Amino acid sequence: MNPQITTSPGTGYNFAYLDEGTKRMIRRAILKAIAIPGYQVPFAAREMPMPYGWGTGGVQVTAAILGASDVLKVIDQGADDTTNAVSIRRFFTATAGIATTTRTAEATVIQTRHRIPEAPLAEGQVLVYQVPIPEPLRFLEPRETETRQLHALAEYGLMHVKLYEDIARHGHIATTYAYPVEVAGRYVMDPSPTPKFDNPKMDDCPALQLFGAGREKRIYAIPPYTRVRSLDFEDHPFRVQSFDRPCALCGAEDVYLDEVVLDDAGGRMFVCSDTDHCETRRADGHTGEAA
Amino acid sequence: MYVAVKGGEAAIDNAHRLLAEIRRGDPAVPDLTVAQIREQMRLLVDRVMTEGSLYDPDLAALALKQARGDVVEAVFLVRAYRTTLPRFGATEALDTGAMTLARRISATFKDLPGGQVLGPTFDYTHRLVDFALAAGAVPGPAAEAEPEADAAACPRVTDLLGQAGLLEPSPPDDGAPVGDLTREPVDYPADRAVRLQGLARGDEGFILALGYSTQRGYGRNHPFVGEIRVGTVELDFTPEELGFPVSLGTVDMTECQMINQFHGHGAVPPQFTRGYGLVFGQGERKAMAMALVDRSLRAAELGEAVVVPAQDQEFVLAHCDSLQATGFVEHMKLPHYVDFQAELDLVRRLRAEHAARTAEPDEPTLREAAE
Amino acid sequence: MPHDLARQFAHGFADPVHEGQAVFRAAMEALSRPGRIRPLDTPLMPPAPLTPELAALALALTDADTPVWLDAPLRAEPAVAGFLRFHTGAPIVASPGQAAFALIADPARCPAFADFAQGTPAYPDASATLILAVETLSDAAGPAFAGPGIRGTVRLDAGPLPADWASRWAANQASFPLGIDCLLVAPGRLAGLPRSARPVTPEATPCT
Repeated sequence: MNPQITTSPGTGYNFAYLDEGTKRMIRRAILKAIAIPGYQVPFAAREMPMPYGWGTGGVQVTAAILGASDVLKVIDQGADDTTNAVSIRRFFTATAGIATTTRTAEATVIQTRHRIPEAPLAEGQVLVYQVPIPEPLRFLEPRETETRQLHALAEYGLMHVKLYEDIARHGHIATTYAYPVEVAGRYVMDPSPTPKFDNPKMDDCPALQLFGAGREKRIYAIPPYTRVRSLDFEDHPFRVQSFDRPCALCGAEDVYLDEVVLDDAGGRMFVCSDTDHCETRRADGHTGEAA
Repeated sequence: MYVAVKGGEAAIDNAHRLLAEIRRGDPAVPDLTVAQIREQMRLLVDRVMTEGSLYDPDLAALALKQARGDVVEAVFLVRAYRTTLPRFGATEALDTGAMTLARRISATFKDLPGGQVLGPTFDYTHRLVDFALAAGAVPGPAAEAEPEADAAACPRVTDLLGQAGLLEPSPPDDGAPVGDLTREPVDYPADRAVRLQGLARGDEGFILALGYSTQRGYGRNHPFVGEIRVGTVELDFTPEELGFPVSLGTVDMTECQMINQFHGHGAVPPQFTRGYGLVFGQGERKAMAMALVDRSLRAAELGEAVVVPAQDQEFVLAHCDSLQATGFVEHMKLPHYVDFQAELDLVRRLRAEHAARTAEPDEPTLREAAE
Repeated sequence: MPHDLARQFAHGFADPVHEGQAVFRAAMEALSRPGRIRPLDTPLMPPAPLTPELAALALALTDADTPVWLDAPLRAEPAVAGFLRFHTGAPIVASPGQAAFALIADPARCPAFADFAQGTPAYPDASATLILAVETLSDAAGPAFAGPGIRGTVRLDAGPLPADWASRWAANQASFPLGIDCLLVAPGRLAGLPRSARPVTPEATPCT
């Protein structure tokens, strides 16, 4: 075999940390995940130098797809400057020496935890989700042997019963994040704990969406331009959250907002959760009431 | 004007520097050496090697130093290092029957070929804090060891019982490749070899509690300690290009063979069955608990109903790994603003609706307020 | 013979990390956007009839963990298996049903899809990927497809392929989520056809 190995400067590890054999294994799982949209492909997730729960699945997917010319953006809760987003971005800067950005439009690969950027994604971009529990049926049926059969049979009645019980009890579907979707008319899939506000962005998206769950050792995918339908009922159609005010900094409406507590007297403000979206708008001259 | 929190990068750097300083502790106290940890905290080192799946006492000791003595964090360091190591192949199966014994006890026979060897054990120490240790007391010399027992004269108790057909035989080596849950995701039901690997890597506290639960009635299987042996075993490896085994050196191991009552079923006559535990170094508690849980997880194979947690391999294997468990529990401290906001929104809405409903019948003014 | 030997030990990737990544990304893009033809440049010069593109995908995707099946023309030239074993370590298997990847130099005689692993209802990913070296690859004509990864419909014409290709593909798609996935390579180019690609009647006006 060819002995030449590209190590990244200063780390002694292979480009993007993972050895080539591991990358190939993950890449093969990604290809099958793309061919079977929404199906969770088991993969031999490695023990990464960061804890399970911190994004080891997303990091492995990103490491497997990343090339020297990629431009990487990492967000957590929609923000580029949250500590774990900073930490993961640094990991790839150190091990792959690649360019990074906070601008959604400039990125070729975006690794995310809990949000989909507000700016529409484009062809040629890949959105990599960090996934804690990939199995949408897990909280209804804890056994892997059982849920695997349910997926094999496309038997999703359990999920509908759960959602309907919500309606009976609360008058609403009480699932606000990790809201289950049906992908390309076949598999029911967990979109990771993104707010259901983001679910419509997954549908017919021009970008490739990849999902990595390290601890649970699963990879799944939504190819571009794929029908992604949030589960609902005729008399209770799926609806996203709406905020009754715009972002206090940039004035954006129809975006997801973080609630910021300002004092102990009930003072609070609402600002864009997507920091890049907010900064871009402000740079373009948009202002909110607190700016 | 509100300014969003920034400076994650600087905060991380500063946290790491502070951690390094705190780790060192009072600089007036001499720095702990890796050799000191390796020699004097040996049971801790053994546990880190076992749960870290890597036999390297110096590395485990260093990991413990770096982790400020946090076992799970040290296991994490060892595991993360282990994944980057190249694999040359699999060694020959260990022959624990040929172990050079430091300790060997059986609870099933008063005397047996090779005898009982008490060895270094806390078992009969009185747990009185030895303040002399704090004063730096140097222990007197250990008693002279008896002449090294011939390994052939210390057969495993399970081999003795097996000869009479009273104990199920060890499963024959069918030459099939042994699974490795670090190389392929666990596919349930997992075979016994993969289960044993999972248990060996599993958190000692978790395995201990599960083993204990079987003794208290959650899947009782009438265990007896057939034998615990602690000692040194030779490790042989057959390189592809040589075609014959060469010794790689020795490893310290603890093996526990638990013998369990079994009533037989169908064509299988009543006989004793086995539970097996094997760990690096001296780790009797873990090896014994592992043997209890191993036997328990054989329920389906032995025609027993799977009703308690320790018999449920999905429950045990999916939750016994300390790194997976700690990762998922501790990740809750990462930001969840976005999900929480979604829940906050829902709860506010439900509360408003609830207030409107309860106010409706006779308090129209409140209803207005609620809206 | 010395010539064959030399070709058997023809170079692999000069830079395995980045060339492997580039070829994988091309395959990922191809399967993500079925029917869309992408460039696939490789300097590999493997022993014929293994084409440079077949070789590039084999080197990027296969290793000791992936049984590889070779079609008759590739099997007939021992230097091909020699090249693949040397550079990938992949076991070469005799039966198509054992293969994770099938390399096919004579696509017109591609075995029936049913001969390859289809996956199981519980594990549909345990299925074969076929890499076929075609001579022509065009999106201007040919059968039309819709489905995940395709905006509207897409056409993909490749040749030579078996005469019953369309009905094979319809059957493959009908058994979704079971089935095989195809990568079609022509000199310098690549297109993907995953099992999710659904044959449809071509639109009256070609989608541009």
